Amino acid sequence: MSKTNLTRRGLLRSGAVAGAGVALPTIFTGSSVAAFTNEPTGSTVTLGFNVPQTGPYADEGADELRAYELAVEHLNGGGDGGMMNTFSSKALNGSGILGKKVQYVTGDTQTKSDAARASAKSMIEKDGAVMITGGSSSGVAVAVQALCQEAGVIFMAGLTHSNDTTGKDKRANGFRHFFNSYMSGAALAPILAKNYGTDRKAYHLTADYNWGYTTEEAIRNSTEAMGWETVAAVKTPLTQTDFSSYIAPVLQSGADVLVLNHYGGNMVNSLTNAVQFGLREKVVNGKNFEIVVPLYSRLMAKGAGANVKGIYGSTNWHWSLQDEGTKAFVKSFGTKYGFPPSQAAHTCYAQALLYADAVQRAGSFNPCAVAEALEGFEFDGMGNGKTLYRAEDHQCFKDVLVVRGKENPTSEFDLLEIVEITPVEQVTYDASIFGGQLGTCNPGA
Amino acid sequence: MFGLDKKDTMLLLLVAALTALAPFLLNPFPEGSAMAQFNAGYPDLMQRFVIFGIFAIGFNILFGLTGYLSFGHAAFLGVGSYAAVWMFKLLSMNVLPAIVLAVVMSGIFALLIGYVSLRRSGIYFSILTLAFAQMMFALAYSVLTPITGGETGLQLALDDPRILDGAVAANGNIPVPGLFGMEMRDSVQLELGAWVFTFNFGYYFSALVMLISFYIAIRIFRSPFGMMLRAIKANQQRLNYTGLNTRPYTLAAFVISGMYAGLAGALMASMDPLAGAERMFWTASGEVVLMTILGGVGTLIGPILGAGAIKYMENIISKINSDILHSWFAFLPDGLEDLLVTLVYPFIGKGWHLTLGIIFMLVVIFLPGGLVEGGQRIARLFKSKKTDRSAPKPQIEPGE
Amino acid sequence: MDAIILQILNGLDKGSAYALIALGLTLIFGTLGVVNFAHGALFMIGAFCAVTLSRILTLSHVVVDSTKTDFLGRPLEVQVPYVYDIFGEATGAAIIDWAVPLSILFAIPVMLMVGVAMERGLIKYFYKRPHADQILVTFGLAIVLQEIIKYFYGANPIPTPAPSAFTGSFDFGAILGFDPNTIIYPYWRLVYFAFAAVIIGAVFAFLQFTTFGMVVRAGMADRETVGLLGINIDRRFTIMFGLAAAVAGLAGVMYTPINSPNYHMGMDFLVLSFVVVVVGGMGSLPGAVLAGFLLGILESFASMREVIDLIPGINQVIIYLVAIVILLTRPRGLLGRKGVMED
Repeated sequence: MSKTNLTRRGLLRSGAVAGAGVALPTIFTGSSVAAFTNEPTGSTVTLGFNVPQTGPYADEGADELRAYELAVEHLNGGGDGGMMNTFSSKALNGSGILGKKVQYVTGDTQTKSDAARASAKSMIEKDGAVMITGGSSSGVAVAVQALCQEAGVIFMAGLTHSNDTTGKDKRANGFRHFFNSYMSGAALAPILAKNYGTDRKAYHLTADYNWGYTTEEAIRNSTEAMGWETVAAVKTPLTQTDFSSYIAPVLQSGADVLVLNHYGGNMVNSLTNAVQFGLREKVVNGKNFEIVVPLYSRLMAKGAGANVKGIYGSTNWHWSLQDEGTKAFVKSFGTKYGFPPSQAAHTCYAQALLYADAVQRAGSFNPCAVAEALEGFEFDGMGNGKTLYRAEDHQCFKDVLVVRGKENPTSEFDLLEIVEITPVEQVTYDASIFGGQLGTCNPGA
Repeated sequence: MFGLDKKDTMLLLLVAALTALAPFLLNPFPEGSAMAQFNAGYPDLMQRFVIFGIFAIGFNILFGLTGYLSFGHAAFLGVGSYAAVWMFKLLSMNVLPAIVLAVVMSGIFALLIGYVSLRRSGIYFSILTLAFAQMMFALAYSVLTPITGGETGLQLALDDPRILDGAVAANGNIPVPGLFGMEMRDSVQLELGAWVFTFNFGYYFSALVMLISFYIAIRIFRSPFGMMLRAIKANQQRLNYTGLNTRPYTLAAFVISGMYAGLAGALMASMDPLAGAERMFWTASGEVVLMTILGGVGTLIGPILGAGAIKYMENIISKINSDILHSWFAFLPDGLEDLLVTLVYPFIGKGWHLTLGIIFMLVVIFLPGGLVEGGQRIARLFKSKKTDRSAPKPQIEPGE
Repeated sequence: MDAIILQILNGLDKGSAYALIALGLTLIFGTLGVVNFAHGALFMIGAFCAVTLSRILTLSHVVVDSTKTDFLGRPLEVQVPYVYDIFGEATGAAIIDWAVPLSILFAIPVMLMVGVAMERGLIKYFYKRPHADQILVTFGLAIVLQEIIKYFYGANPIPTPAPSAFTGSFDFGAILGFDPNTIIYPYWRLVYFAFAAVIIGAVFAFLQFTTFGMVVRAGMADRETVGLLGINIDRRFTIMFGLAAAVAGLAGVMYTPINSPNYHMGMDFLVLSFVVVVVGGMGSLPGAVLAGFLLGILESFASMREVIDLIPGINQVIIYLVAIVILLTRPRGLLGRKGVMED
């Protein structure tokens, strides 16, 4: 196999190599000496931050980008160091990664798998990025992860909640810090049973695409195990904006809980519509009618406004956690930008640090060495307590938060309150249950 | 040459030369310089230029010649992509069977959709094609997930059968699409001083396909069949009154144009083996309409220019962030630097849509014939300087 | 039975939104012959009029509350709207609560101005240009408008609740003799339906019973002759464009409590509204309204669980399927006129 997919241009930014280029004019550097794709040979290393900058998730993407900029600042020794001070691994020292100054390039995923891959490819081929990270949906994460596997660079997933990312579609070069649908179900069900009882009848509205399917399945299985009955599950189109015709029949079905397996704009609209219908004031089967949103995000809660009050859901992380890592991160993010970070920002910041740390420990940017350093890596001090990067599927296992919409928010950021921190043991599952093959790591070149 | 007159031969040779030299032309700025941000000579973007060029050339055969505005053409691009990826999964990583199946499948879909939609004309036709494409998108994204991969798109997997060339590449990874041993992503690089030029096999393969498509398009434009299509655009009623049934001609144009879209879809999948449903969304159909109008409807070269312009914006302008902006203006005094960054920032990076919208408006207001007319005006400017000012101005040929 | 009544209600409500948007679009199509891809953006701007007004009403000064702390442990800064200072806290809160209905007064002049400015500044140069050029320029305009909104308001949806008097829902079931809670419908959606009916009625009455409307209808039928009669039809068309913009804008204002507005809500409605207009028949106002309600009701029926179980995915495609069937059986849509936009 000849040299592939290659191109490392970032390194030429350092003048030395440009000089070398002059020395060998008209030489085809076909099979380069690089041991892996985009091996950084200059005094800098380039990371690619691929986040949605246009489209409905642009605000979430902007928050991810803020987190990455903060992480780069900390890696290069600027600022107050944030979570680097609380991180259990002490390999990072503020001198960049392996002594190379960290640079970054940004791209726009548009939350479309095609656009995300085009943007990632341009970072790999044009800018010489040695790692790609970011994203705000599972479709994009799975697509870019597969691309990074092919190209031979590491992919550190941003916000992606579908089981598929580290299940059916897992790849050896891809790693996910965020939690998934299964964990949401496992964490939520006991809390729901405790607060709403074990003899509830649930009605599911499910976004009609992969993430919706896995989330519905996870919540169904875990609530049914607690004794709940699933009355009906109706799929709603992704492009739906007005959910009234899906919500109106809920009461007639005799259900007393509505589960909204929706995210982003879908979730904001369906929750707003459901509250409008006055569902929460109704009494069915002698019980108060309740609404559940399996995956919460603070940014989306903001879009739904007062409608989230008292509604349960799960989240990967929240700024009001009281561990040292969270406090350090919220402090440096809040000081720099003036408001607390979202869960997407947290996961992206953590991913950037985890990658840098893995390179530092491995002593090489080679994706295979980095992957080896991340596999089975146990750490603490990054929020969420003790965390394991499982080797079998490259999924992080850590505590999951169950949250509830706050009744009396003190500011526009203070919308969720933590109800319980579900310990990691309760959300761990067997790596083989979702199928898929990890494959072997690909260093490119 | 090739059965073309002199002018068309020149045009074909010009396009051939441009595509062959694209790695040089698109990388005019040395590596590491502040302007390197504007270089577009990397494989992925060059591939996109020619692939969307094919898509737009095909669309122009329908829209530019017959005047039928299809608002659902991206559906055929999607069908082509899915067909190609399924071929990679089931048969072989060789791109040729994938391309053949994609063109056939998109042709069949175009025949069915065209047969129904062409019963109406004008906006009614547009809405019918739009409706078909939106249905295909919605179903591909949801209930057809087992066939299309849904949200995550249709991907290759390690355990795909690939009956002709085995399952797994030597290094334990999924093999990549190729052509008889050459991989689409193979590249060589040429370093000349501070410049680096990348020559990519996939790009040259796509470029060759585009040249062939372009040649066929010229032949169609100049053929009696093309003349008939133009007559339909000019006055369909009159043709009908002469006792001529125009439907077979429009249907043929529709199918040809759908097959071009399928070909583009197959090439996209060959360069990057993934097919997503978003490729069929109405905005994707709208994009090819915009490419064609932006470049110049009914001209031969216009759609290629339009495709290039839009893809360049999407991939280059969107990547400029505030850091890069600061480094450009770093030589200025601080206050002025910040002011300039503040002024430019809304138009780049995440604001690239805004720039795109403004360019659409400017082009259509000041250059009704699209970018091609802009080129013609510049050419005329030079000509009139050289010759006498009183020389008659060459007319824009709308039918070209 | 109760399920069907409920979905008819839903359909009427959805349909009133479709009909309002399609009505404005048809006014522009029919009177000016312009394919206006920026119509969705007008709807969006209307919605953001409501957002803007509630922002203005909640303009605040900061009072430091030292008993509470913010997320960094600093004393909490509480925002106190100026409206509270001017009108007192109770009246001030009531005014903010009624921001959305108040926005109607704010949106009418704004939308008329936007519409007139659009027509005078841009659209009037495109009357004689091909439809393709009109599409490109208005699409470009739509992108520019929504990017400007995004620049100032961000991409996230912004909650704009209805006045608290309209929260909750009305129990039709109890009135019609069904079990309570089987047919409930939110008050605000009923308000929306009534509002749409009033607007649609007003537009029709305006065109039907005023001299101005008569001239415009004459202009729609034969622009040249009306011009030859010495009537300044251009000025009237400008006003019609402003009127269409206002109808779209008001539809947007009233829609904000139903779905939190975001910058791309116009694009979400754009394709749908074109389908509605074409199904109704080009150039026919009653057709647009009829098609809006028809598609709304059919969409509601298709989203019923029993129907989806029978035909999976029907809820994804129903609108387009209906559009295809209607266009194939009725060549010019439900009530379209011959020769309009057929070439």
